[in-house]
Amino acid sequence: MSTLLSVCELTMRFGGLTAIDQLSLEVPAGKITGIIGPNGAGKTTLFNCLTGFYKPTTGTLRLNHPTRGELRLESLSSHRVARDAQVVRTFQNIRLFPKMTVLENLIVAQHNVLQRASKFSIAGIFALPVYRKAEGEAMARAETWLRRLKLERLADHAAGDLPYGIQRRIEIARALCVNPVLLCLDEPAAGLNPRESAELNELLLYLCGEMGIAILLIEHDMSVVMNVSDHICVINYGRKIAEGSPEKVQNDPQVIKAYLGEDDEDDADDASGGIAA
Amino acid sequence: MSAVVFARHQITPAERLRDAGWVAFVALILGIPLIGLTTVDAGGSLEVSTRFGLLAACVVAAFGGRLGLRWMIDTMGARKLERQRADTGKSVGISPVKVVNVIGWIALGASIALPIMYSDNRYVVDTATTVLIYVMLGWGLNVVVGLAGLLDLGYVAFYAVGAYSYALLSTQYGWGFWEALPVSGGLAATFGILLGYPILRLRGDYLAIVTLGFGEIIRIILVNWTEFSNGPNGISSIPRPTLFGLEFSRSAAEGEQTFSTFFGIDYSPMHRLIFLYYLILVLALLTHAFVSRLRKLPIGRAWEALREDEIACQAMGMNTTNIKLSAFAIGAMLGGFAGMFFAARQGFISPESFTFTESAIILAIVVLGGMGSQMGVVLAATLLVLIPEFGRNFSEYRMLLFGAAMVLIMVWKPSGLLSHREPTLRLSRGGARNQDALEEAAQ
Ligand SMILES: Nc1ncnc2c1ncn2[C@@H]1O[C@H](COP(=O)(O)OP(=O)(O)OP(=O)(O)O)[C@@H](O)[C@H]1O
Ligand SMILES: [Mg+2]
Repeated sequence: MSTLLSVCELTMRFGGLTAIDQLSLEVPAGKITGIIGPNGAGKTTLFNCLTGFYKPTTGTLRLNHPTRGELRLESLSSHRVARDAQVVRTFQNIRLFPKMTVLENLIVAQHNVLQRASKFSIAGIFALPVYRKAEGEAMARAETWLRRLKLERLADHAAGDLPYGIQRRIEIARALCVNPVLLCLDEPAAGLNPRESAELNELLLYLCGEMGIAILLIEHDMSVVMNVSDHICVINYGRKIAEGSPEKVQNDPQVIKAYLGEDDEDDADDASGGIAA
Repeated sequence: MSAVVFARHQITPAERLRDAGWVAFVALILGIPLIGLTTVDAGGSLEVSTRFGLLAACVVAAFGGRLGLRWMIDTMGARKLERQRADTGKSVGISPVKVVNVIGWIALGASIALPIMYSDNRYVVDTATTVLIYVMLGWGLNVVVGLAGLLDLGYVAFYAVGAYSYALLSTQYGWGFWEALPVSGGLAATFGILLGYPILRLRGDYLAIVTLGFGEIIRIILVNWTEFSNGPNGISSIPRPTLFGLEFSRSAAEGEQTFSTFFGIDYSPMHRLIFLYYLILVLALLTHAFVSRLRKLPIGRAWEALREDEIACQAMGMNTTNIKLSAFAIGAMLGGFAGMFFAARQGFISPESFTFTESAIILAIVVLGGMGSQMGVVLAATLLVLIPEFGRNFSEYRMLLFGAAMVLIMVWKPSGLLSHREPTLRLSRGGARNQDALEEAAQ
């Protein structure tokens, strides 16, 4: 099993606050790695460091790109992380292009390929064959993912007007159109109903099983994380407090303590039940 | 002041009266020095006299006006809600796109026929030319503000760069209109990028303030750098554009022909005006074709995505720096072309033509028309040029009329006259299918 991403002694400070503290973590290729932790643990901050939105205070982020060799994510700007390293993320508070249609959202995600084919827009303006071909391919890719995520009938609706659960799906479809090697999902099951989260499970397993995309998954919904993750990393106050298979993590006393607070010793049994739920 | 409410809920008659009462009270306070007291000339010395009767009338008018306005806003709001409720469920009969398209073709036909119908009316052709200049400016700014969502309050700077580059190239180096066209556009685009660099990180209000400053800097340089721009006196005798070398004057320069002698018709000063009108019409139509096409290309979609969410753009691997700069450059270039035409039409330019008021009017055209809507710009530009023209009969109340019209439009259509956004590409062709899908999704 090869390592796709290795996070080494990552620290992120905001003034006096240390959001991530000497965190080390390995993300294997083609597997689902879950990241859990109480609110404010630093999970989203980890994603922001990974995808170039924050510059880490110290530490390294090495990506073993399958075709481009080793890339240091901490030195890339956010758009290059997505374009060159193909590490693509979604957001905890959905960030779609609300007035554009679902299809347009997915086409915008393929901007770099299309922009190159449009040759500074000149081939685009005159609709030359190079551009038409690229546009056709982009449409085909978008259509494939729309179909796979059962969105094709909503393709021409403004994305911002659709229900919350569907917007979450659109955001994943859009990220997939960037052609990721590592997909970072920030709470994709938040706000989904049980049927929708079951579908999400199935989708995640398909993405890593069939498509070979490695997934880094932040999630509070235990029915999702525990069922799909190959490996789970638990963070609290920016530090890794436990790591291992879902079963191992669920029964880890440190984890139970972190979720319930130090003082509630007597509730520890309920806690393990709650996490397993 | 919090008593003046903009409540969303249904308000009671008592609340209405209180609201109008507050407005009348404010009118009274403001009115005492403005209306109640006045100075009269009593044989060489000034004396203060009172006009409390008039003041009372004004306060009553403010009370009644406020009551009426509130009532109107409320009933219109309620009716709109009802209509929305009625609309959901059944599909819309005529699509707004079709209506706009039809209006567009009619407008095009009318604008081609206009100088033929009014071939001896200088005033009409001149005013129509002004409308078209603003339409073109509106389309240029629409790229920056409407599509890319970058609030630019200094657009007039690029208009000035275009105008001055033609004025200087032609008067100093003897360049003709057509050779100077690409150079002026290119210079304006360069200025667009120069402005774009320092403000890449700014958004919203901050961006607006810096662009406003940029517009003023350009104007102040033009006023003060006398050796370069001839300062406040401006540049005169700028050559007029020619039609493939044919001049529009009574007598031609040596070895040249005039338009009238070439076609063997009598000279008329209207020929030049009509030619200028068609010239700006062609420039404007080219601008429209160019911008509409760009909107459907990756770059145009990137502009719109940037307006919607810059962070999401970066997360999709888009280089937002390039996208912003391209919007500034193309917007500026179109402004530069319009400026160049302006210089050629007037024959004289001075910094006074490039004040902040111009920027504000162009921005008003874009906002009033509906951000990003090409036809909206045409409608708004026509209104904004024509309202003050019609208002000439009302002499000093002209600007008041103008302001009132703008307020009314914004109350009636807060997101602009034509705010419908047409997708740049579609997967399906039927609207009915979408309706089903939405219902399914809602379950
Ligand atoms: N830009 C910032 N400036 C200052 N503090 C920040 C910033 N971003 C995050 N933080 C702080 O870092 C800590 C970790 O935040 P983070 O958003 O990573 O938590 P999280 O694990 O994603 O929590 P949640 O489960 O609620 O999403 C919090 O205390 C937060 O206030
Ligand atoms: Mg978070």
